[in-house]
Amino acid sequence: MLRKLINVITSLKLTIVCLVAAMALIFAGTISQVHLGIWEAQQRYFQSFFVWWPAEGNGFQIPIFPGGHLIGAVLLINLLAAHAKRFQWAWRKFGIHLTHAGLIIMLAGGLFTDLFAVESHMRLSTGDTKNYSEDPRRMELAVIDTSNPEFDQVTAIPEAVLRRGGTIEHKSLPFRIVVRHYYQNSRLHMMNESGVTLKSVANQGPGAQVVVEPAPRATGVNERDLVTAAVEIIPAKGASLGTWLASDALGAPQTFSTDGRTWQLVMRPARYYKPYSVTLQKFTHERYVGTDIPKNFASTVTLIDPERSVNRNVLVYMNHPLRYRGETYYQAGFEKDDRTSILQVVRNPSFIAPYVACIVVAAGLLMQFGYHLVGFSRRRRPVMA
Amino acid sequence: MKRFFPWLVLLFAAAWVAASWFPPKAERDQPDLVAFGKIPVLVGGRIKPLDTVARNSLLIVHGKQTLPLANGEELTAIRWLADLLFRPEAADDYPVFVIQNSEVLGLFGWEQSDRKYFSLTELTPFLKQIDEQGEQADKLESVERSAYQSAILNLRNALILSQRLKNSLRPEDAHDFSKELQAYVAAIPPAAQAARQREKGETFDKSKLDSVAAFIERYENLSSTAYLLAIPSTNGAQWLSIGESLVQTVRTGEIHPVVQAYARLGDAYHSGDQQTFNQQVVALRDWFSKEQPTATKRTSFEFLFNHVDPFTNSMALYVLAFLLACFSWLAWNRPLNRAAFYLLLLTIALHTFGLVSRMYLQERPPVTNLYSSAIFIGWGAVIVSLILERIFRDGIGAACAGAIGFITLIIAHHLAGSGDTLEMLQAVLDTNIWLATHVVAITTGYSAMFLAGMLAMIYIIRGVFTRSLKKETADSLSRMTYGVVCFATLFSFVGTVLGGIWADQSWGRFWGWDPKENGAVLIVLWCAVILHARWGGFIRQRGLMIMAIFGNIVTSFSWFGVNMLGVGLHSYGFMQKAFPWLVGFMISQLAFMAVAAMPLERWRSFRVAPGGPSPKDKLKFVPPGLVEGT
Repeated sequence: MLRKLINVITSLKLTIVCLVAAMALIFAGTISQVHLGIWEAQQRYFQSFFVWWPAEGNGFQIPIFPGGHLIGAVLLINLLAAHAKRFQWAWRKFGIHLTHAGLIIMLAGGLFTDLFAVESHMRLSTGDTKNYSEDPRRMELAVIDTSNPEFDQVTAIPEAVLRRGGTIEHKSLPFRIVVRHYYQNSRLHMMNESGVTLKSVANQGPGAQVVVEPAPRATGVNERDLVTAAVEIIPAKGASLGTWLASDALGAPQTFSTDGRTWQLVMRPARYYKPYSVTLQKFTHERYVGTDIPKNFASTVTLIDPERSVNRNVLVYMNHPLRYRGETYYQAGFEKDDRTSILQVVRNPSFIAPYVACIVVAAGLLMQFGYHLVGFSRRRRPVMA
Repeated sequence: MKRFFPWLVLLFAAAWVAASWFPPKAERDQPDLVAFGKIPVLVGGRIKPLDTVARNSLLIVHGKQTLPLANGEELTAIRWLADLLFRPEAADDYPVFVIQNSEVLGLFGWEQSDRKYFSLTELTPFLKQIDEQGEQADKLESVERSAYQSAILNLRNALILSQRLKNSLRPEDAHDFSKELQAYVAAIPPAAQAARQREKGETFDKSKLDSVAAFIERYENLSSTAYLLAIPSTNGAQWLSIGESLVQTVRTGEIHPVVQAYARLGDAYHSGDQQTFNQQVVALRDWFSKEQPTATKRTSFEFLFNHVDPFTNSMALYVLAFLLACFSWLAWNRPLNRAAFYLLLLTIALHTFGLVSRMYLQERPPVTNLYSSAIFIGWGAVIVSLILERIFRDGIGAACAGAIGFITLIIAHHLAGSGDTLEMLQAVLDTNIWLATHVVAITTGYSAMFLAGMLAMIYIIRGVFTRSLKKETADSLSRMTYGVVCFATLFSFVGTVLGGIWADQSWGRFWGWDPKENGAVLIVLWCAVILHARWGGFIRQRGLMIMAIFGNIVTSFSWFGVNMLGVGLHSYGFMQKAFPWLVGFMISQLAFMAVAAMPLERWRSFRVAPGGPSPKDKLKFVPPGLVEGT
């Protein structure tokens, strides 16, 4: 039984099955990007263990195809097992071994990146200073205690917790937050707008004047979901403070007081704070003469890190990122007539893996095919058809 | 005869190619449009000769690079441009705008007939309608537009382009532009004096100010429509349109010599004064070769490049070589085979000239857009095929070279419809290192995949439909296919990973599951499947061939298919029109695979007398250097 299992795990057939399955998955995942958008398709097909059907909803779901993580993991096991079982040292096999060793590094690195890499954005207008970056794909409900003049105490509730619903309690909060409504994507309308028949789900703050219309998930590359939640604030002692609407579309934080302290409530992109700050000094956007084709984007930023006594100017431009303390800043885009620069911030601890893997695999393939080529030209006989 | 035949073929082909290298001479008593075509202008961010502007613009507006008139005369592109610039009243009657969509014709109350080209005069009553309809279509993404919407938008863009060209070097209503410019310069000092008087609060002549203001308004309008930037500024980095330069004249009081020359040249052309026109062209070219020597050298070369037209000529030669190679399997084997090989050497030289010229003109590695990828894929595949031909000398490599060379160049030809194929590159692509490594490796991988597919098709056609697939031929074809797949694996893999590294450098993510990336990795995976299936003994010759043909489908999906999805960072070349062609190609490949899957008894080459050896024995093939049974 065990031997049979080992035979399956180490078999070349399993390799081929995995490769063909990977092709089918990638093909389907690519086509589905037309409707789902890159990000959603990636989550469903590639960064998952199974592709589920139906994909949405809390009801009954069945796995219909292995996902990217499963196929990758099986391939990795297959590779490792086959080599462990059949490894023999020979020059003529060295290329093959090298190629596969490189592939192992690449697959493992890819898995590691999927699990640990964090991508976020830093949006800076000229003169702005920020010590955090934001993830535009994930929202958080920030509850901010502003009573201390020295600093704000922020309690951030991730979107996933809001989606689950129910009651949220945290030791830093002297009240409970009950999620009354949650909308993955929504459109907001003013109550007095003509043709609006919905009722407001909130009764406090500006949200009480607003009605929420649920909307289907955004799929475009540049579209994103407008997450909205209606939450009721119930202090540990005393009566409810009413239901508040929190939405990215509402803008400014809403304020309420309880327990002798003043609190702010705001739905915003999830933030990653950093021990240093970045200031945008200048953003330039060059175009080719007489056209709108962009030639270069460049941001001059000042990097200030008191811990490491760093205070310097850095030029971030196309294909020339800034790497600092394990994070990399790339020139990603611009907004508002070139006055706002968008930097992409990536923390990827395994970024080196593909570089190593590429060299190892290429060397392996070259050796192997070079070895073949020698045999190939030795055997060739001029043949007349 | 047999000995000399290959050399004769080569000689004729070489003479034919050489003929295109001699620049055309201007006809007597005609304006020297050849010299006119070499004058540099700046369009689309690149300095190019007027000849290129004329060809590309006519291609956009008319769909072809020459313009036949009703009277049977055929205008060259530069002649059309010269008429449009300096004799607009004549050009307005040329049937230049192409309309094929019946709904667009219906919009104007016209029925679809055998006519598909219309003049501006005919379209004038409908300009407002075209503009409104086109504007609506413009709001949609290209994927969402219907055939009618694409057609009306194309027509609108063509009209705008022709209007902008017409108002590039002079206002279209100008009759004696030199005289107008003299009047303008003469009006400036009195107007300046009037302006000073006004500042001091003295009485001044308002009409003097107004006359210059009217000129300035006219030239500002001219500069806002101008398509050509014709005037290099003194430092040479910035180019101005004639309108902008004339607006600056208010401050300097002087008219730029190039503006003046264009004005005289245009007046002469308009009045049919060839001698003055030719003199002014010479004067302009002298000025440019003195002030802008690099630009002049480059544009003269580009003119030659346009004229030699290496890719169109190569196309014809590739077809000839393909036919020679195919006939060599039927009869007269050696001389035909040789002739094909020599012819291909000549053709690849011409093809290489075209490729290198584009690199020189653009100062870029060979592949910068879909058009150049087609040129490069053909080039790479032909080189590898020729190496195979040199090793095996059986006409197979030559046939592949001819077929792939021709097909890729015809694809390139159809991709050139959008105008300048030497366009400037988006910021993120503005790096020669990655273009030279990643893009070249990926496209070389495509070349090899198509070559492997082509070899497999030859195997199947010869095996199923002819008796010419002997065991030796089958073995060598199979060895070639196998070797080419290995080559494709190496280049596709390295190219894909280099692309990942580039992405890591510019966006911070090695892999983003972008459609084009996925397409590339599909090729790598398919190569891996073929090789592992072969090494594991799951497939033999025929299986290898069937899988290599499927490789064509995977590669065409990666090359074109993913661009049609209209999503992702690489969707730089969307072409809806190509979709039916792509589907047709994929179906044809599936058909080949189905034919190949027929029982071997049905293959003409493998049919054996009853009691003879089983046809399967013929298909035993062990790739060299392999580890059996692993």
